[in-house]
Amino acid sequence: MLITAQNITKSYQRKGKTKAPVQVLSNTDLSIESGKVYVILGRSGSGKSTLLNILSGLLTSSTGTVRYDDTDIYSLTDGELSQLRCKRVGYIPQGQSAVGTLTVRENVLLPTAIVGNANGFSRADHLLEQFGLTPLRDARPDELSGGELRRLSIARALINSPDVIFADEPTNDLDEENSRIVFEQLRNAAQSGAAVVIVTHELFAQEFADVVYRMQQGSLIREKGQ
Amino acid sequence: MSIRKLLFFNIVRRPLRTFALLFICIVMSAAVFGGAVISASLQNGINSLEQRLGADIIVLPESASEKVKLENILLQGTPGYFYMDKNIENTLAGVDGVDKLSAQYFLVSANAECCTVQVQIIGFDDETDFSVKPWLSEAYSGSLGRNEIVVGSGLSTRVGHTLKLYGVECKAVGKLESTGTGLDTAVYASADTVRDLIKAAESKGISVLSKQSPDDVISSVYIKVKDGYDIDEVAANINLGIDGVQAVRTKSMLTGTADKLSVISGSVTVLIIAVWVLSAVIMLIVFTALVNERKREFAVLRAVGFSRRKLGTQVMSETLVICLIGAVIGIAIASAVVFPFSRLIETQSGLPFLSPGILTSLGYAALAFGAVILTGPLASVYSAYRLSRVDTAKILREGD
Repeated sequence: MLITAQNITKSYQRKGKTKAPVQVLSNTDLSIESGKVYVILGRSGSGKSTLLNILSGLLTSSTGTVRYDDTDIYSLTDGELSQLRCKRVGYIPQGQSAVGTLTVRENVLLPTAIVGNANGFSRADHLLEQFGLTPLRDARPDELSGGELRRLSIARALINSPDVIFADEPTNDLDEENSRIVFEQLRNAAQSGAAVVIVTHELFAQEFADVVYRMQQGSLIREKGQ
Repeated sequence: MSIRKLLFFNIVRRPLRTFALLFICIVMSAAVFGGAVISASLQNGINSLEQRLGADIIVLPESASEKVKLENILLQGTPGYFYMDKNIENTLAGVDGVDKLSAQYFLVSANAECCTVQVQIIGFDDETDFSVKPWLSEAYSGSLGRNEIVVGSGLSTRVGHTLKLYGVECKAVGKLESTGTGLDTAVYASADTVRDLIKAAESKGISVLSKQSPDDVISSVYIKVKDGYDIDEVAANINLGIDGVQAVRTKSMLTGTADKLSVISGSVTVLIIAVWVLSAVIMLIVFTALVNERKREFAVLRAVGFSRRKLGTQVMSETLVICLIGAVIGIAIASAVVFPFSRLIETQSGLPFLSPGILTSLGYAALAFGAVILTGPLASVYSAYRLSRVDTAKILREGD
């Protein structure tokens, strides 16, 4: 078992006059294993991204625990949690996430700036090749199309060979053909041993999944796989 | 890839942002350094002039215009001359309280070859002098020979070289220390040399000087008062007892200038503080505005594993680097303006202007440097805090 999330709840307080509490997640349990693709489907605002952010340590749940192997991430300091995220997690956020002042290659290399990676440059070049970005390696993000930016995000998430990859709506702004390419690449990452958790509303993503969940009213319902 | 490179790219590849911040830092450091140097130079100038004159009392011909002429000679280097009877020197020697006295004789050259303008020639008595020789910075320790001169620091003539005055070749045997006053452009000579120069002037038809020989007249007398005597009282006794002269206390002659200086010095200080505060406020606004512009970038950095501390350090380091560069450029620009143009500032302001020494200047540079590299990072503390605490999940969810 790689990641175990138990009894996760998350509630917000609405801004404005009412300040009414909103329960986004309620008593959610999830276990993630290496080498598998997990797809979480659901409507917008159903809490999929919130769960992903909690699993990746970017957000703290209201109750419950998240463990990476035997490590309770809530017992870590910000520095330790950041290290863990850098070394063990690859995160593909929604939308454009490239740093504008860096070239494509430098963006892919970004996580190596924190922990250092002796093979960083050769790995970056290999990933650029793998994702068809070699001709664009010296281009700036504003010269790239939506599909190219998405591939850049995936390449960056893979640079430190993470144990788990979280992808938040990775095909949001892509057509079906490009979306299939992205899912294929995430599937390949899982075949290389990483666990891949994809949050999406694209139903055909199920074709690439080992396990499919549907997020409904803050709870996960398993639809496919063990 | 390293954090240092990331820092470098952020600075170099955002030229507009970097330039705007650099500009503020340059203005701030130039204002602090330039202002401090100008203020100190003016103060040095007045102190130097007071020390340089070395006399407690200066005696001049009675007319008010002569006092103005002397101030112009001393402060602005405007050549001038006026005369009184030479016997006054002997009379003054008999005044109770006079310790030392030395007469000077003013002459103005026709355009000398050293300069494009007229030169003030000051004839002084080698034996009684106490206001010229103490300030010799080079050579000449004995007495001045015929056609030998001592030159002010502002003249290009070097020791051992000659300067042609009224067609007479005069050899420079000494050079005086810089005072930052009109005395820096004067030439000092003995009475014999002055006589030769007057003869040369006569032969060239400059008749205004022909009947004013240093054998008959003098321009001013510098007086040192004995210890224990009241300087004002001695000056009053001279004014009451000797006709046709005015005894002016050196300090009071410089009071007007010192007052003017204190107003300018105060204005410069206010300007420095105003620029400093304004720059700090602008920096604060710029950095706060940058929080919104950069929060997505920082959310991405956070997502890939930057800790809050690293993000805060990143913002502070960027600011610090820009401030360091800005401070150095600002100090260099201010130096390039203030030091080479000190003579022009002196002429334009009509105030003595003596640049501080290297060590003092380095001290002011350190002050300007410190002001900028403290203000910049302080102004960015709030934005560094906000950027390091961005709600990563929320910002990344917001999309583009």
